[in-house]
Amino acid sequence: MRIECPMCGSRDRREFYYQGAAVMLARPDPQAHEADWEAYLHLRENPAGPTRELWQHDGGCGAWLVVTRDTVSHQISDTQLAADVKRAMGKAS
Amino acid sequence: MVELKQTSPCAGLLPVTLGDVTMSELTPGQMTCLTAFGDPADLSAALERAHGMALPGPNRSSGKQGARCIWFGRGDVLLIGPAPDAALGAHAAVVDLSDAWATVSLKGAGAVDVLARLVPLDLREGHFKRGHTARSQVMHMQASVTRLASDEFMIMVFRSMAGTLVHDMKQAMAAVASRR
Repeated sequence: MRIECPMCGSRDRREFYYQGAAVMLARPDPQAHEADWEAYLHLRENPAGPTRELWQHDGGCGAWLVVTRDTVSHQISDTQLAADVKRAMGKAS
Repeated sequence: MVELKQTSPCAGLLPVTLGDVTMSELTPGQMTCLTAFGDPADLSAALERAHGMALPGPNRSSGKQGARCIWFGRGDVLLIGPAPDAALGAHAAVVDLSDAWATVSLKGAGAVDVLARLVPLDLREGHFKRGHTARSQVMHMQASVTRLASDEFMIMVFRSMAGTLVHDMKQAMAAVASRR
């Protein structure tokens, strides 16, 4: 399995660390309702298909990435710097 | 007060020659991590004025032996050699890492074959040219690999892993030498 790092290029999977679903980027407001926080902390989709995940290139440049991976085929269709994704989220809201 | 004696990370372990490849320790002087506060172009201009080299982009290095700057990860570069000019502090976080990294040179026609056994990258000259650098792994150690010449690489790992680096490299060097 290879992952395309936006900084380093195509790299072997062993250089990367898997964190979890990319919903961690969408942190609720501290005053948000308890149910929102519970969903943020504990509830995850378990799709058979494309899913967005956080990976860190810890054996390389150290960047956090948002990787779009198909859980059925393991095909990776997109990788972006998590910092860029977060910045775009800030602009959108 | 106990008299402490300064030693280099690979003291007593290197140099080692196996076949046509020699691994030796480099003592490149001061090593400083620079992380730009704002626009990297401002830091690049300050670096050019102070040390005569531009800020290297991702996977590249600048400067030459004695005063070199290598890309060192997302947002970071490592200034190797000179003491950092005070003017850099206005544009970047300046952190002394001199004692944090073990730095070795791997030199010889078979050096690229040795690294092929340890690093998950294509380091052949057509793909990884002089001045190119990469953050990757040597076995399981986080490392920085830079091509210094057509037959020479600079490899850096955390200082605490100097012994493991020498061990893993010697094994790969012996394996390459036995097949020549």
